[in-house]
Amino acid sequence: MSKIRFATIWLAGCSGCHMSFLDMDEWLIELADQVDVVYSPVGSDLKDYPENVDVCLVEGGVANEDNLELIQQVRDRTKTLISFGDCAVTANIPAMRNMLGGRDPVLKRGYIELGDNSPQLPHEPGIVPELLDQVIPVHQVVPIDIFMPGCPPSADRIKATIEPLLNGKEPAMEGREMLKFG
Amino acid sequence: MDREGLLEIAEAEKNQRKRHRIHCCTSTGCQAASSLDVKKNLTKAAKEQGLSDEVDIVGVGCMGFCGNGPLVEIEPDNQLYETVTPDQAEGIISSLKGGNASAAQGNLHHPFFSRQMPIVRENSGKVDPERIEDYIAFGGYQALCKALYDMTPEEIVEEVRQSGLRGRGGGGFPTGLKWATVAKMPGERKYLICNGDEGDPGAFMDRSVLESDPHRVIEGMAIAAYAVGAEHGYIYVRAEYPLAIKRLEKAIKQAKKYNLLGSQILDSPFDFKIDIRIGAGAFVCGEETALIQSIEGRRGNPVPRPPYPAEKGLWTYPTLINNVETFGNIPPIVERGSEWFSGIGTENSKGTKIFALTGKIENNGLIEVPMGITLREIVEEMGGGVPDGEVKAVQTGGPSGGCIPENLLDTPVDYDSLKEVGSMMGSGGMVVMDKGTSMVAIAQFYMDFCREESCGKCIPCRAGTEQLYALLTKLLKKQATAADLAKMEALCEMVKSTSLCGLGMTAPSPVVSTLRYFRDEYEELLQERGYSQVNGKVTIG
Amino acid sequence: MSVKTLKINGQDIAAEAGKSILQVAKEEGIPIPTLCHLEGVTDVGACRLCLVEIKGINKLLPACVTEIGEGMEVETNTPRLQEYRRMTVELLFAEGNHMCSFCVANNNCELQDAAIEVGMDHTRFDYRFPDRGMDLSHPEFAIDHNRCILCTRCVRVCDEIEGAHVWDVGQRGEQCYIISGLDQPWGEVDACTSCGKCVDACPTGAIFRQGTTTAEKLGDRAKLSFLINAREKQEWTR
Repeated sequence: MSKIRFATIWLAGCSGCHMSFLDMDEWLIELADQVDVVYSPVGSDLKDYPENVDVCLVEGGVANEDNLELIQQVRDRTKTLISFGDCAVTANIPAMRNMLGGRDPVLKRGYIELGDNSPQLPHEPGIVPELLDQVIPVHQVVPIDIFMPGCPPSADRIKATIEPLLNGKEPAMEGREMLKFG
Repeated sequence: MDREGLLEIAEAEKNQRKRHRIHCCTSTGCQAASSLDVKKNLTKAAKEQGLSDEVDIVGVGCMGFCGNGPLVEIEPDNQLYETVTPDQAEGIISSLKGGNASAAQGNLHHPFFSRQMPIVRENSGKVDPERIEDYIAFGGYQALCKALYDMTPEEIVEEVRQSGLRGRGGGGFPTGLKWATVAKMPGERKYLICNGDEGDPGAFMDRSVLESDPHRVIEGMAIAAYAVGAEHGYIYVRAEYPLAIKRLEKAIKQAKKYNLLGSQILDSPFDFKIDIRIGAGAFVCGEETALIQSIEGRRGNPVPRPPYPAEKGLWTYPTLINNVETFGNIPPIVERGSEWFSGIGTENSKGTKIFALTGKIENNGLIEVPMGITLREIVEEMGGGVPDGEVKAVQTGGPSGGCIPENLLDTPVDYDSLKEVGSMMGSGGMVVMDKGTSMVAIAQFYMDFCREESCGKCIPCRAGTEQLYALLTKLLKKQATAADLAKMEALCEMVKSTSLCGLGMTAPSPVVSTLRYFRDEYEELLQERGYSQVNGKVTIG
Repeated sequence: MSVKTLKINGQDIAAEAGKSILQVAKEEGIPIPTLCHLEGVTDVGACRLCLVEIKGINKLLPACVTEIGEGMEVETNTPRLQEYRRMTVELLFAEGNHMCSFCVANNNCELQDAAIEVGMDHTRFDYRFPDRGMDLSHPEFAIDHNRCILCTRCVRVCDEIEGAHVWDVGQRGEQCYIISGLDQPWGEVDACTSCGKCVDACPTGAIFRQGTTTAEKLGDRAKLSFLINAREKQEWTR
């Protein structure tokens, strides 16, 4: 039997969920035995998201056009998509910019009002991705199979979510241990 | 003052009448179209043409055909003039001496008038709402006499129960049963409230009744107070109805003068006083528990029922709360008897109902029709149909009601039939829509109204209506998916089942009813994916 | 004392007449989720989490304000109720700006607990990201409207227990917010006795002591019941 093709991606988040993923410590070695890590900012050097991925953890909300493009590609190429951590599930802290009321006020606030030397708006089409009007949770853009809240989800919670999947089972996302936000 | 005294006033009043009586509508709608100037010019012309002794120019309330106001009617000739301008007044007066009036002549035999059966509005457009003597001359306060002199409170409650009258504010609760509950509640102190906080978009039935015949409502209230044992009543009117408030104030003052309100009314042991409370215009204050909170000086938030106001209402005392139109039905029921009343209408819906007929329709205005008349008769015969178009749907019940499609227009107008087709009687708004109307946009309009008017107390109504509005907006922007539609339907069900008061419980109705009959219009707007690229800019639905 | 017998989730129960379904369920150890309910102040039936099904009544009724009746058959946890409760909590999360990770009440928040209780792993509704403010004008406390769920527990505790009525609700619908005094900054409201009962009454991190940071608001929910007990029964020990 071929190994499970495993991936993680990172959109608008702080990487804390990935750090928590690494906190699984020695279980990571066990995981590495059972899966092929085909794409991950912390476990692989590939630049393009491959086809036929079995499981993918998505950290972070959708904040810019790059995020949007990537998540659509990921959805198309992945069987089980897991919304990984509060930013993916709720947009969380990145979404605090939404209260400023859209893309332009955010850029103005960040680059003009708070800019130190020669304040200017970033504009490099094709290089710097355009911001979306709002940062939104991943499930508002593509269907999600499993939600794993937490800021970050603890290593135990991550393990309890992934482990059953490796054995072809659904993880039981219920109770304080698995569901508490924050 | 007693029965004889009333008859004397009526007699004196009738003896004063001149040969011609010209009714000039001075309700809010016609006033906005300069009817006060029309009236002034009519009076002036009569004087100039030496007809002051021949003609009474009477400012009256609503004659119903509001779309064609200002209206002027000449009695006893039964001549109606429509869209009268102030400079046409002179011609109308000279027509009395055989001259020609340039004003457009109306047709009182048109189905708009002939199919009506005015009971609550029987004096509207005829009686001078600012003179109690005129009301008395129309037989006013005779029902109160009969109630106080010839009937026990129990007999009145029984009469109302037998009449089959149901609440005209929308819910359709049997009025007699409500009265009986309040009457049977123990305790010395009870209150009576008249709900005049009409707020449905496009509805103005109660305003018209209050402006046109305020004494009718006061008389109904006094009879009700006697029947249930209340000595103090409130009329709750919204501040947006200044003319109704002014006329009510005047009417209460006049009624007190003639000992028709106050202590020992008509020399009987019965005391009753009425105060007016002015609402600040929140739609939710039409909900009875919120209305009571508002009268008590609190924020107009609904409170859970039970206990119902009949058990524990204003200042925790048993309280009878009925709508303006309901009270307007009481004097004729008492005077002519329940048998007469229950002979009108259908098996479970007795009497008449006033509707404000508006929207894409030829004849706009107020109509009072017997229960059981079909929507088609109202829209096509009385309303004259859609100008240059076809009817698509009729909306009844305001933001709590639903849209009834053209193929169901043969539905009779009664509480149960309207409910069956997914709408409701409501307080009487009736909006006609033509083929060009987007039903999704209509649903969005009503949802916008509900979210604005939600008091914010309970979560399903406060947050649920916002989400429903957002989903409808998303649909109209063509950014919604089938999943969004399913979510919207689930949310409708939840808001309906879990909201605290009637406003929340019925808020999804316009969506549910348009989905029921016009689902294809919703589905046409659906997208494969919930995001889209518009002018190179990505938007997320 | 008269007694009523009823069934909750099929379980036969005898309880004192006049009690609410919620009280009786609590005594019997039957969980019913609540948010606007606070032991010691009047119930308002606003959050709709405690809605239950009663046989023969086609409307769902809030357990907190519905008195028990003879022969009543109550169901507290049907699939329908579970679904509605979850939606209610989802609506609350989508309505405000509830970011648990850096909230003072993290790990000690009734909204967070409610989400766990109803099994909410995400909200289906689009977040509204309202632009709500904060009031830091009081020397000891603060209110962050972003985290407010409008349960009005602060309003009731201040009015009914402290007798100061500093709080009330302004505006309507989604625009509703808790106001202090005559919609003044909290620090300028003379009526406020700085007793801090609202801090303890608040189920979320909306009202808190200044100086507390992430997950530091522990709250003392039992204090209120203690105070009421002390006043009514003169039992001044805890």
